[in-house]
Amino acid sequence: MSLLSNAVVERIKAIEAKYPDKRSALLPALHEAQNEIGWLPREAMEEVATLLDLDVDQVEEVASFYTMFYNQPVGTYVLEVCKTLPCSILGADEMVEYISTKLGISPGETTADGMFTLFRVECLAACHRAPVMQVNHRYLQDLDSQKVDDLIEAARTQQLQIAGAPGFSIRRSWSENVGQEE
Amino acid sequence: MTSFLLRHREVPDINLLNVYVANGGYDAFRKAVTEMQPADVTQVVSDSGLAGRGGAGFPTGRKWSFIPKGILPTYLVVNADESEPGAFKDRELMERNPHQLLEGVAIASYAIGCRKAFIYIRGEFLYIGEILQQAIADAYAGGYLGENVFGSGFDIDIVVHRGAGAYICGEESALLDSLEGYRGFPRLRPPFPAVKGLYQQPTVINNVETIANVPPIIEKGSQWYRSLGTEGSPGVKICSISGPVNNPGNYEVELGTPFRTLLEDLAGGVCDGKQLKAYIPGGASAPMLPNRPEFIDVPMSYEGYRDAGSALGSASFIIIPDDVCIISAQLRISEFFRHESCGKCIPCREGTPWLEKTIARIERGEGREDDLPLLLDICDNMLGRCFCALGDFATSNVVASVKYFYDEYQEHVHRRGCPFKGRASAVA
Repeated sequence: MSLLSNAVVERIKAIEAKYPDKRSALLPALHEAQNEIGWLPREAMEEVATLLDLDVDQVEEVASFYTMFYNQPVGTYVLEVCKTLPCSILGADEMVEYISTKLGISPGETTADGMFTLFRVECLAACHRAPVMQVNHRYLQDLDSQKVDDLIEAARTQQLQIAGAPGFSIRRSWSENVGQEE
Repeated sequence: MTSFLLRHREVPDINLLNVYVANGGYDAFRKAVTEMQPADVTQVVSDSGLAGRGGAGFPTGRKWSFIPKGILPTYLVVNADESEPGAFKDRELMERNPHQLLEGVAIASYAIGCRKAFIYIRGEFLYIGEILQQAIADAYAGGYLGENVFGSGFDIDIVVHRGAGAYICGEESALLDSLEGYRGFPRLRPPFPAVKGLYQQPTVINNVETIANVPPIIEKGSQWYRSLGTEGSPGVKICSISGPVNNPGNYEVELGTPFRTLLEDLAGGVCDGKQLKAYIPGGASAPMLPNRPEFIDVPMSYEGYRDAGSALGSASFIIIPDDVCIISAQLRISEFFRHESCGKCIPCREGTPWLEKTIARIERGEGREDDLPLLLDICDNMLGRCFCALGDFATSNVVASVKYFYDEYQEHVHRRGCPFKGRASAVA
């Protein structure tokens, strides 16, 4: 029983073909695998290794280097709040504190229902819209407690859609400028 | 001033291929491949004085000219890792005007004989990847990329490659390792990437903004570009202003524009009645400067900030207001470099946590009398001794904060605590 679906395997093969050396497809392949499974168990890395003619330890060596690859299960929604200087100056710590209290978890933890994981991360390149976070690697900018409330409410009532560029949408009016640059 | 890089703010929907083309898009590429020899393209870029906008400021045309003749294939890699704290300019360029980047990639590729170019975006730029993929697909369909473009016999393919979260991958040789499917470790130089880069082939690595400058330079000529900016820093540059200012964001200005203009006229000044305490001109890697008259009128140019004892870097201006404790701000910077040190070389791997722990101890109120000399000593043992520039960068603000805010450090040590604690907006 393989963890990766045929569709993902086919996508990885298509990615490989874009590079002169198929090892270059390793990061994109790991993104594909994690996208499907939610995190990167060793079995998934074994399957990626087989596809790219690598040893599983070579894959793990690489996966463990990059912060976006999770080495343990995470929630359906991964909240990654920027903690770097510009966000800190504009209240990132208060946002982390607010989310922690609201969800009853500390950074690094997942809620008991498996819905949310909270991380503090380094600079997300959105300092002009501080404080910012990413939810499943989509931007949520100009954070305040109202936006956090809306986000959590939307997720819990299954109204949160995280798809499409540039950001993602929630039923509330602030969604239209999420992720938009200016 | 008319914008060249932030043109999308004046031309709605320029992110769409037909609008880009209707506004002169891909004309420069057509001109390059149908009327110019590759060496002529490089010469125009050299003559323009364009320098690397990612931070290092290396002359772009010279970089291209280092590519040896006759060793094929050659590669162009665009550094779109944009991970420097305070930087958010490349993101806007790619999101709002992706074709200008693609056209620049095509022109640069023609100049260096590259047939397959890569754009390495940071992993968090998931949506940017989607935008670029769409733009590339549209450009292929329109005949602006792909085989035999404009009947010139020139083929160009562009691949978007997404990283996965590692600041070090903005360092060009680490970026190449990452693109090849390895940990992002910097490489020993020489050989430089121009000789042995991606897949051990001759490679040019340029920042997004650098490449976005190329189409207007080819279209309007090097003299035009040199008419902007200063003698030492020709042209225009995007500065990114963040922190508690009224209008944070990206601004395109001529190089040489004084910091006072950026802060007061463009960013609208420090907000909420706060005062400027210090600022960082070039992202977390560049030494901070205190609010003193001689640092407020520094011209935003490579030489201006070098002479002021700092660095223009990527022109990422982080504004630090007077209610923020410098030691806590420095702690955030030192945490960043500790987290992002790749671990390949010992001075950086051991030095960055040592700096962080020492500063954390001072901020907690457990600082020792000899902690300030200790900090400077650690910095001495890192500067110039690390495998790549990340180790040097980790020291720059430690040294600058001690130099300019010595009394604030001393106060922390002597009062056995942070004098800012309890104030609402001090960085915790």
